[in-house]
Amino acid sequence: MSAEVVRLAGRPDRRQIVVNLVVSALLVAAALGLQVVREARFRLESPDATVMYLRSGEAANRLALSFRAVAADLYWIRAIQHYGRTKTSTDPARQYSALYPLLDLATSLDPRLTIAYRFGAMFLAEPFPAGAGRVDLAIALLKKGLAAEPARWQYAQDAGFVYYWWLQDYHQASQWFERAGSIAGAPWWLKAMAATTLAQGGDRQSSRVMWRQLYETADDQWVKSNSRLKLAQLDALDEIDRLAAQVARYQQATGRFPSDWDALRAARLIDAVPDDPSGTPYVLDPSQPGGVRIAVSSKLHPLPPQFLRKAGPPSK
Amino acid sequence: MPRVLGLIAYHVFKESVRDKVLYNLVLFALLMISASYLVGQLTAGQDIKIIKDLGLAAIAVFGLFISVFTGVGLVWKEVDRRSVYNVLVKPVGRQPFILGKFVGLALTLFVNLAAMTMAVYLVLVVMAWVDPGLAKTAVMEAPVVDPRLLSAVWLIYVQLLVVTALALFFSTFSSPMLSAALTFGLYVVGHFNADLAHFENVVESKTAAVVARALYYVLPNLAPFDVKTAVVHGETVAAGYVLLTTGYGLLYAAAVVALAMLVFSRRDFK
Repeated sequence: MSAEVVRLAGRPDRRQIVVNLVVSALLVAAALGLQVVREARFRLESPDATVMYLRSGEAANRLALSFRAVAADLYWIRAIQHYGRTKTSTDPARQYSALYPLLDLATSLDPRLTIAYRFGAMFLAEPFPAGAGRVDLAIALLKKGLAAEPARWQYAQDAGFVYYWWLQDYHQASQWFERAGSIAGAPWWLKAMAATTLAQGGDRQSSRVMWRQLYETADDQWVKSNSRLKLAQLDALDEIDRLAAQVARYQQATGRFPSDWDALRAARLIDAVPDDPSGTPYVLDPSQPGGVRIAVSSKLHPLPPQFLRKAGPPSK
Repeated sequence: MPRVLGLIAYHVFKESVRDKVLYNLVLFALLMISASYLVGQLTAGQDIKIIKDLGLAAIAVFGLFISVFTGVGLVWKEVDRRSVYNVLVKPVGRQPFILGKFVGLALTLFVNLAAMTMAVYLVLVVMAWVDPGLAKTAVMEAPVVDPRLLSAVWLIYVQLLVVTALALFFSTFSSPMLSAALTFGLYVVGHFNADLAHFENVVESKTAAVVARALYYVLPNLAPFDVKTAVVHGETVAAGYVLLTTGYGLLYAAAVVALAMLVFSRRDFK
């Protein structure tokens, strides 16, 4: 027997290979079919996405060996997914229960994961349902970031924003802006903002300056679009005041509330049906102070409550 | 002697190619390409940072598997197949045989790590080219194509030389399964052994503290080889640190290889 014959002995021919492949494919298809049938009869339990096998940052640090940065990225991705899934969920019982633990683990594994502190604080501070409504945890996360990197003035700035925007605690906000401005490398306007916040905290103009600065200095698209949204909300508030003044003029002239925008247009008080900065028409609503509000379907809804007119006649 | 060493090393490299070790590069490339697509879908920002983290971690993991699974079979396979007799009857010598095996696997690792590093850089370049916005964001901390990543890859390589030496040492006297378990065990211990240096904070016993400190110096200290997080955040690792850590790694690996040579030279083949 030649060496070539020995080498090729027992090797399958092409037909045999095709038969093997076809049989394998059929068996896999049959197994998949059975799986589909089983899952149709016995419902597959979906895993609880909020289950956390680890809660201690220290333990996670040890277990990750030299792969802490990748583990931090995974927890950061989980935090984003949890936030997004909860925000878009229609389940009335939804909660951001795992958001802080996930962010805490991500930042324990990689204490310099800037995005987790900055985005995390925003996600935590936003009132429910847009966020967790946990301003205390947002501040705690930013303080943790500052402890890890004391030179990162952005964390102190963000803490100032949280106090300013969500708590309307202008004294604390001013102190945080002052602290941020004192850190080497911080932009000059932070100190000015600290003074403005203390003097005129809560007015739209100083808020506008604050969001514009954040928009211009943000290095991330999400922060930029969030700042753009807040600026658009402030513009909408100003526009609502202008429209409310026209509604008041109409009421003074006719003695009744306008039935629709066409009534104001016919009275030459406005040129066209007014749209908010997101392109959704404003709504005439006699139950609202000033008689004008933003549509519930608008991307700008809800407007920041601290700037909404509480009661009384519209401004002139 | 250098010629013999070179020949053995070359054959180890050739054997690793024959054993399809280089196939891991295909897997690595697939991982990087799919990750670069998925990261954009799963996260908000930090895409470049995550790709760098993932690339460096994958280099370390793939390298570790090559070190351990190839390392533990280097000597055992030769003894099991009895091909070691054919080699040792020639004017080779047992000690150059072991040294050649180590050098060969070190070469295989070097080629693999170099290819994986190039793949990471390529993916980063393509990501920045496809979406220039990513590059702009990444520059805040570190440029997209950052040469500092090379210091992390270099220290991963030196760490893998230590692991390879350990795998080779165990393979001179035990089965591949046991050698792999022992090598992985030491790899894990090597990341925890800073705790041993301060054991007196945990126990009262002075003897236990002294034993722990002795173990700290004897066991491989692998944690200092990990500078991945620092370089990804754009931090420059001091040249002195890299040099000292490299020196420690090379000396430790050399000591373990010397032990392996000793064990192998005294081994009785039946």
